[in-house]
Amino acid sequence: MTEEKLNTSGLEIPKELENVIQLTTLDRIYNWSRRNSVWPMMFGLACCAIEMICTAASRYDLSRFGMEVMRPSPRQADVIIVSGTVTKKMVPQIVRLYNQMAEPKYVISMGACANGGGPFKEGYSVVPGIDKFLPVDVYIPGCPPTPQALLNGLITLQKKIDGESISKVRWYQKNVEEGIPIPVLGPDLMDPRQYDDISRFGRIQSPEIVDDDHIKNEELDENDTGVAS
Amino acid sequence: MDGSGIIRGLLIPLKHFFVTYIDDLKWLGKKYFKPEGISLRSSAETRGIFTVQYPEEKLPVPEEFRFIPFLVYDEGQDGSRQIRCTACGICTKVCPPQCIWIERHNDAETGRPVSTPVSYTIDIDLCMNCGFCAEFCPFDAIRMDHDYELANTNRYEHDVLQLEELLKPASYYASIRPENYTREEVRKAEKLASKTIKTTEMDTANPN
Amino acid sequence: MNDPVDSFMNFDLISRYPGLVKKDQRTGYSGYIVEADCLVQFARAVRDELGFDYLSMITAADYYPDDLMDVIYLLYRTTGGPGILFKVQVSRLDSKVPSLSSIFAGAELQEREVWDMYGISFEDHPDLRRILLWDGFEGHPLRKDWKEPLFEEDSKPYKDRWPAGKHKRQEDLNPFKNNVSYPIGFEPEHFSSNNEKALYDALNKTSGNLNGSLKTDQIIVNLGPQHPSTHGVFRMAALLEGETIIDLKPVMGYLHRSHEKIGERNTFLQNMPYTDRLDYISSMSNNFGYALAVEKLMAVTPPERAEYIRVIMAELTRISSHIMTTGFLLNELGAMFTPSLYALEERELILDIFEEVSGSRMMCNYFRFGGVVRDISDSVIEKIRKLVFNRLPRKIDELDRYLTHNEIVRLRTEGVGVLTADEAAAYSAGGPLLRASGVPYDVRKAEPYSIYDRFKFDVAVRYHGDIYDRYLVRLDEMRQSIRIIQQAIHDIPSGPVMTGKSQYQPKVPAGEAYGRVEGPKGELGFYIVSDGKQNPRRYHVRAPSFINLTALSEMSKGEKVADVIAILGSIDIILGEVDR
Ligand code: SF4
Ligand code: SF4
Ligand code: SF4
Repeated sequence: MTEEKLNTSGLEIPKELENVIQLTTLDRIYNWSRRNSVWPMMFGLACCAIEMICTAASRYDLSRFGMEVMRPSPRQADVIIVSGTVTKKMVPQIVRLYNQMAEPKYVISMGACANGGGPFKEGYSVVPGIDKFLPVDVYIPGCPPTPQALLNGLITLQKKIDGESISKVRWYQKNVEEGIPIPVLGPDLMDPRQYDDISRFGRIQSPEIVDDDHIKNEELDENDTGVAS
Repeated sequence: MDGSGIIRGLLIPLKHFFVTYIDDLKWLGKKYFKPEGISLRSSAETRGIFTVQYPEEKLPVPEEFRFIPFLVYDEGQDGSRQIRCTACGICTKVCPPQCIWIERHNDAETGRPVSTPVSYTIDIDLCMNCGFCAEFCPFDAIRMDHDYELANTNRYEHDVLQLEELLKPASYYASIRPENYTREEVRKAEKLASKTIKTTEMDTANPN
Repeated sequence: MNDPVDSFMNFDLISRYPGLVKKDQRTGYSGYIVEADCLVQFARAVRDELGFDYLSMITAADYYPDDLMDVIYLLYRTTGGPGILFKVQVSRLDSKVPSLSSIFAGAELQEREVWDMYGISFEDHPDLRRILLWDGFEGHPLRKDWKEPLFEEDSKPYKDRWPAGKHKRQEDLNPFKNNVSYPIGFEPEHFSSNNEKALYDALNKTSGNLNGSLKTDQIIVNLGPQHPSTHGVFRMAALLEGETIIDLKPVMGYLHRSHEKIGERNTFLQNMPYTDRLDYISSMSNNFGYALAVEKLMAVTPPERAEYIRVIMAELTRISSHIMTTGFLLNELGAMFTPSLYALEERELILDIFEEVSGSRMMCNYFRFGGVVRDISDSVIEKIRKLVFNRLPRKIDELDRYLTHNEIVRLRTEGVGVLTADEAAAYSAGGPLLRASGVPYDVRKAEPYSIYDRFKFDVAVRYHGDIYDRYLVRLDEMRQSIRIIQQAIHDIPSGPVMTGKSQYQPKVPAGEAYGRVEGPKGELGFYIVSDGKQNPRRYHVRAPSFINLTALSEMSKGEKVADVIAILGSIDIILGEVDR
């Protein structure tokens, strides 16, 4: 990456001290140090994962961004790149991995599949977007996004990190959220946050009935807890 | 099993290591941040450092590269936009994940369909970048874009492309796919020419 | 399907089992229809007396609304030549078929898949559980009357896309805002899930105490689905005693993307880009197999130049896949990254070529029925020439020098994960896995397709059946592929690359067809049933990675945990193809 200017503009430093002293805000140095060592989790799902590997390899070289340290353990990772199709069978594991990551943690959704189901969305075994379960920070469209598109997404994430403020970030707040409830594999994928709805709408089975059921839909909208923000 | 195999093997990374310096010296200053340097690094002769330092330097994409589709419009003399798409619907039929939605209206007076789409939507969270829409469009109206830098922080705002976001001028199309563009223009000109010949022939055949 | 075997076998099979075996008379179909009662005898006779010792594929097809399902078996000889196809017809309501796993060990996983997808139960199957979905899932999704939660219409194109297409997200119509539906009256609070129990029970805990007098506990360890060296989301449940594997079960389906269900809804052409996403590092080969299968039904052949282009692309794919596998195998052995980084560099150069001809690095979508999308320019040919005459041979030699005689590599791989020739054939292993065990079976030679009969090349074969030999076979194959491309580049004629015009709704006559190619992972086949409509009635992928995994358990028994990772790496699975 280009030389990072840490100095906050507007603060005068004597010429002779320019390379010795830097004046900056706490936020900037906090973000600067974090943005340059975002360690991704070594975690691939599908075709997009191959492009992620290529991004880490010599041609695109993630280490230029301080991201070469792919950690197999979620405890040591800062960002989970959901690279590929999220299936119902896999989503409990993904949520568990996310819960195990230590704050600050970020989620990148790579590729059409992770964004919104992609070409396989209509299938019976696919989750239409990882954002149904995890709070996604950056979406990278494409099928698959080329390595350069992934790098572009990582830079977008860095920009997002730059915009954060130490006093507002969620991991220093008082009431820390508990983890996301882990979905359960029953007759179909079950989100524990929706258990009430499942009992209420469990009778709806065929999609034709669902279409006509706008009354019930509206009723549900009021206390919709299904989608992670 | 005396370890010589390991030593011989390790000499190869060592050679790679030295070659990076030799190669850098050889191409002194020409290898990085220059188009010819980038093409050198993606040719079969490449040695030494292989990295392309996105975003400062970008690996150029080939002409046929496809990412997300866009709609082409022609610029009229007076700056007006002429959308090529006639809302014929073929792209919606070929699209494998069915991610194109087109709304076509009928003319209130004649009842005939209006030949521009009222709305045209592509959900790029479904699109699989297959290129079928561009391949089978009979009016050269939809083409595959080269722009891959689409990362965003909110897919609900950015990932459903409407007509306005999809439209790009023919000059842009010509700039990213010069060969295809020229080929299509030539073909169109030929068609037009043969049509005019035909009509003139008919005119001469039936002078009245 | 064209089945020259019939001519010399008629005398035998039909008269031997009077009334139980008959020819499949439906138009466009071939092979035999066997009564379920005599299936086992029939299969044994076909294997032992006619020499069809390689069970290539088991699948099923649903003929809803008729009360009829076919279970389809396809067998080949490992000595080459065309195969024999036979079917068992069952009722949809009560579907039972005897299992063939006692005769062909390779039937095990495939029969589980048929059970999972169609609910056809195989009697006497050793371990009949769901495989791609989880135990407890509701329904058998490939049955034609089973509808998924986001179901829109039976076949594409959907009518609401045009002319009144208003964008909607299908999941928003679902009351759960997600791709789910539940059985009527289902109460999640009272639901207790124990879908792992059957798996753990299936592990064979009784296989004796290895340490003799010392009593040790056996423990179950799960490797995956999130594990850095399982090549994606694959899981192995291993029963360990100390460090030694007593039994191991592959658990898959973590990337099951409903490929076949979607494929049956797509039009024939729309499936082409989906095949890219099967074995996503060798999309050209997948295109090839699918194009061959549909071309068989349509009875078109591509023009000469297109055939050459196809071969060049398929062989480049093989090189890129093998070189990547070789690099990553070393990763698995602990040589972190350096070999795979070198391998990926060469792969990038090959991908550049794919990107230039097809428009995408990985998802090429380059083949059409009767040709390829576009011609390749002279500059691309020049690039390929430079690669195959100069760079790639040099780099493969380098990899060879770097690794082949490395003592650590040899100690870790020689004699590990051994599969004998008989076992390999019985387990229906394919590709390098089979050839490293001493069975010189390569579809390119056994039943040449396209124009492979014109090229001089050897089938790479090694005889120890261990990881080291698999690695060597891959090296040899890359060299052979280079040889083929060199000849193809030399001979490539000019001319059109497409027979007729590429149509988006090609007319595909009714019937069945099986097209197969030698993919980088093994025999990649597409079984397609058309009933004359726009979309296939049955679309099945004979996925080599999936079937190769049948032998994993056998190879791993008695090995150490660390070696299992290497064994898995040497099979070279791609999860997109395993789970589909
Ligand atoms: S977005 Fe495309 S490339 Fe990525 S996982 Fe999905 S199908 Fe594969
Ligand atoms: S983009 Fe082309 S194919 Fe699609 S509706 Fe417009 S003119 Fe028809
Ligand atoms: S590129 Fe393919 S998936 Fe995308 S809009 Fe076009 S036809 Fe549909």
